[in-house]
Amino acid sequence: MQTRLQEMKQAALAQIGQAADAGQLQDLRVKYLGKKGELTELLRGMGSLSPEERPVVGQLVNEVRAALEAAFADKQAALEQAALAAKLASQTLDVTLPGRPVPTGTMHPLSRIIEEIEDIFIGLGFEIAEGPEVETDHFNFEMLNLPKDHPARDMQDSFYLTEDILLRTQTSPVQARTMLKKAGQTPVKIISPGKVYRRDDDDATHSHQFTQIEGLVVDKGIGMSDLKGILLTFARQMFGANQQIRLRPSFFPFTEPSAEVDLQCFSCGGDGCRVCKQTGWIEILGSGMVHPRVLEMAGYDPQEVSGFAFGMGVERIAMLKYGVEDIRHFYTNDVRFLRQFNRG
Amino acid sequence: MKVSYQWLSEYVDLSDITPYELAEKLTRSGIEVETVEPRNAGVSNVVVGYVKERSKHPDADRLSVCIVDAGQGEDLQIVCGAPNVAQGQKVPVALIGAKLPGGLHIKKSKLRGVESQGMICSAKELGLNDKLLAKDQQEGILVLPEDAEVGMDAVSYLGLDDYVLELGLTPNRSDCLSMIGVAYEVAAILGRDVMLPEIAVTENGGDNPVSVRIEAEDHCYRYVGRHFTGAKITSSPQWMKNRLMAAGIRPINNVVDVTNYVMLEYGQPLHAFDATKVKDRSIVVRLAQDGEKLVTLDDQERTLDSQTLLIADEEKGLAIAGVMGGANSEITDETTEIILEAAWFTPQTVRRTARTLGMRTEGCVRWEKGVDQARVQEAGERAAALIQQLSGAAVSKGVASAVVREAKPAVVTITLEKINQHLGTSLTAADVSAIFDRLRFSYEQNGSTWTVTVPTRRGDITLPEDLVEEVARLYGYDNIPTSLPSGQTTQGQLTRDQRLRRTIRHHLIGAGLHEAITYSLVHAERVGDVAGLHRIDAKPISLAMPMSEEHSVLRTSLIPGLLQTIAYNKNRQNHDVAVFELGSVFLTTEEKLTQLPEERLYVAAALTGQWLPQNWMGANQPVDFYLVKGLADSLLTRLGIVGATYKPVSDLAGMHPGRTAEVWVGERRLGYLGQIHPAMEKAYDVSETYVFQFDLAELAEAAEDAGYYKPLPKFPAVTRDLALVVDRDVPAAALEAAIRQAAGELLESLTLFDVYTGERIAADKKSVAFSLVFRHPERTLQDDEIQQVTAAVVDALKAQTGAELRM
Repeated sequence: MQTRLQEMKQAALAQIGQAADAGQLQDLRVKYLGKKGELTELLRGMGSLSPEERPVVGQLVNEVRAALEAAFADKQAALEQAALAAKLASQTLDVTLPGRPVPTGTMHPLSRIIEEIEDIFIGLGFEIAEGPEVETDHFNFEMLNLPKDHPARDMQDSFYLTEDILLRTQTSPVQARTMLKKAGQTPVKIISPGKVYRRDDDDATHSHQFTQIEGLVVDKGIGMSDLKGILLTFARQMFGANQQIRLRPSFFPFTEPSAEVDLQCFSCGGDGCRVCKQTGWIEILGSGMVHPRVLEMAGYDPQEVSGFAFGMGVERIAMLKYGVEDIRHFYTNDVRFLRQFNRG
Repeated sequence: MKVSYQWLSEYVDLSDITPYELAEKLTRSGIEVETVEPRNAGVSNVVVGYVKERSKHPDADRLSVCIVDAGQGEDLQIVCGAPNVAQGQKVPVALIGAKLPGGLHIKKSKLRGVESQGMICSAKELGLNDKLLAKDQQEGILVLPEDAEVGMDAVSYLGLDDYVLELGLTPNRSDCLSMIGVAYEVAAILGRDVMLPEIAVTENGGDNPVSVRIEAEDHCYRYVGRHFTGAKITSSPQWMKNRLMAAGIRPINNVVDVTNYVMLEYGQPLHAFDATKVKDRSIVVRLAQDGEKLVTLDDQERTLDSQTLLIADEEKGLAIAGVMGGANSEITDETTEIILEAAWFTPQTVRRTARTLGMRTEGCVRWEKGVDQARVQEAGERAAALIQQLSGAAVSKGVASAVVREAKPAVVTITLEKINQHLGTSLTAADVSAIFDRLRFSYEQNGSTWTVTVPTRRGDITLPEDLVEEVARLYGYDNIPTSLPSGQTTQGQLTRDQRLRRTIRHHLIGAGLHEAITYSLVHAERVGDVAGLHRIDAKPISLAMPMSEEHSVLRTSLIPGLLQTIAYNKNRQNHDVAVFELGSVFLTTEEKLTQLPEERLYVAAALTGQWLPQNWMGANQPVDFYLVKGLADSLLTRLGIVGATYKPVSDLAGMHPGRTAEVWVGERRLGYLGQIHPAMEKAYDVSETYVFQFDLAELAEAAEDAGYYKPLPKFPAVTRDLALVVDRDVPAAALEAAIRQAAGELLESLTLFDVYTGERIAADKKSVAFSLVFRHPERTLQDDEIQQVTAAVVDALKAQTGAELRM
């Protein structure tokens, strides 16, 4: 009996080891451990054993059962492992194939610049003011100290619709409109982005339609040093923490004193290069202290308050910042151009 | 304004400052120097020579052999090809080793067997500007005046050792349209003296026979006439020619050149008449009659109007004041008797006439920007002295003059406090006085208050702020400190409309569209191609003077511009385009504007080609109606607009009659979407294109800002799918409406998930399948409840739409 047990154990273990799948393993389990299995059969034969042999054989049977069950469990686990491995192997993908396309839209470069500038000035406590693109001569010129026969009107040939109505040539009329609306209250702190129009033939550097951003601060005690400070803060946020600016005297009818503002060339850092025409500086905006007549006409007393204003061309900044060589790209909307502004 | 560095150095000591350093200083203090050009284009080792002999080349008809004294000790033998070379001429000679512009090196050579020890040069070979030369100097060798000194360096003789600073003047600084004005500016910057020319007129003729009468007193404030006899018209001396040429003016003859020279020097345009052509030597300044004609110096007959200021005698016009002289009184080689005009005309008058006649002379430029009234007579005297000196004329005794009014210098008061407050500086009274001194402004100082009498040359200074600028620019903008406004703090933020605009822009970008910006001015014939959103009878708003028909009318819809964008891309083989634009349209009912048009912000999109790029998974998806509808839906969702309905519309201009829907929320029409009419697609040469267009103000009204969240459901939902068979022309919206109405509050959501037409159902029917999700907020729904509701839905569908359950 003991011999038979040993033989059965050997045979069973060998068969378990060779079982190829879960089904075979189950068959073997029935064959050996089932209700009518071989081990059960053997146990039934225990009755014929002597009382001395019984406990010995009994113990042996238990040992064999335990060994077989362990073998079954091990084999079961091994088979599951193998099946999983096979399944995973069959699921392998070519991870280098392209992904399912998801369209990626882009913001127009001019909008990007505008939003960036808006956010900087919002952070500095400015509001965003807007005005009409079709303007009266009164707001576009006269309220800005440009009476009808002023020679500076030559500087900007305009698209007139009637004698008194034109496409605005600058965003500055928004200054006058805002001040009138504020009715003498201070402080006024606005920037004003928008489209403007001038009689220019469209070419690589001219566009009959373009975009400006204007800024205006009016309050008690505003000085030119404040203009410098605000513009320096803006330049550093927009173009880098180490930026320097430089002011040069200039002329605008609506400011006095007036200044052109240069930015240290961001292409060469001020050493001189093609972008800055070897000067190390790039002209970026016009500015100045609000002309007393402009304040007066808009209902502010130049003895009581003062202010500064500045204006810049969005296309120019975009062209410098992104290296765009032809201003017409902004308005022809070639998707190969637009798609490139897909980051951040 | 072109400024000769050498000429300028006659008025201000520039001995220790290079032209380039000067340019930088000027630019930094407000007079922008655009370029600094050396006049010498690369000439060296060229001297003045004297042609002692000229003979024909033995073996070449067109060549001459010249013996030239060039001051080199020995005479040079030079072969010359110019036909105008002649014995007795002074000429520029390039010596052996000379360099000429364009990299030409002069070496000893043989020409047809005859040795040549240099080259006699033409003006062009010396790099002189053709346009500034007299006609007879443009061809052949350059013949120099007889007084040219043999052996002298031709570079300095021709003034080529000079630099020209080109000023880019702002309109307020007309004072720098003159050498003396620039000299005052430079002197102020450098803190140096100005040396003005000494004027010495010797009245060695008879009495001045000229009379002057100003009739147009609003247009001419002063007129001064000098009279000369016995003038000899010749060419000007080389030094004067050099300076005129450096300034870009062509020398003509000694008298005309003097008027131009003094205009450059003083900024005062002058004119010289042949006095014998002026009847009775009497000058009348009057307005022209409408239709009066005058032939000007350029031989053009000009028709004048009653706003044109005319210099005339008692019977005819002689010159258009400030613009151009008349041919009838021109200085010619035969002229001996001269009237010299120095006058002051109002800028507006000259500007208007110059514009009307389309003439813009150097004189006009100065008149328009303003000429110093106080220097009229001085400039006239300077010119008189030079005419006397250069033409040998006798100056008649006395000056004929008429004066309407005298110029009054501006008197401006300013305080130290104002200056420092306006600039944010802490200047002292001494600092400010020193700056006024440098500017040569006279003032009375009372402590820290100055009463400044501004010289009339600086007509741009009339207000305290103008003085602040003078102080600032001479103090140096760089020296102004940096600060931030110290007043009350303000909150910067976007308005709701501005936020909404950003939300729309960012949403559409996130959805995969590219933002475009097109022109507001569109083609006159394209403006109404595709409908806008207005309900008024909008009249086209046209430019008074368009530059082209293509950009002549303001847009009333964004779609035509976007169709052009698609066409532009198609021409560049970009067939798949999905763009949107946020921009204004312009609306009016007026035929001719009397008030500003209404500007409304629209957002529009246009899509064509494939929505997804070609890919290996076969997920290509051509743009279609339901894509733009989906995009529009997602935009409305983003804006918190609920309950939008889509109404088919068949009569929108430019839109497909069967594939267009208006989008409504209640009584509010937000916009429309659909396919472009195939005929319009053809007109723009674009493929099948779908668009939407919304009015931002309407969107803003319909939009709901974010509210509270709804608690998540605690009880399970039950889903029932219904497949319905219904007539093909029953719109899905009708089925939906019937379902919603019958299902009541238990219906949580309704999704249309299938539409089928084909063999398995009748030809005039379609199958539409819905998924209905029911849920009760407070308990689990029972089967019989669901069955009841579903049955009610089916009944309602049948009753309202004729739909049957599909078996």
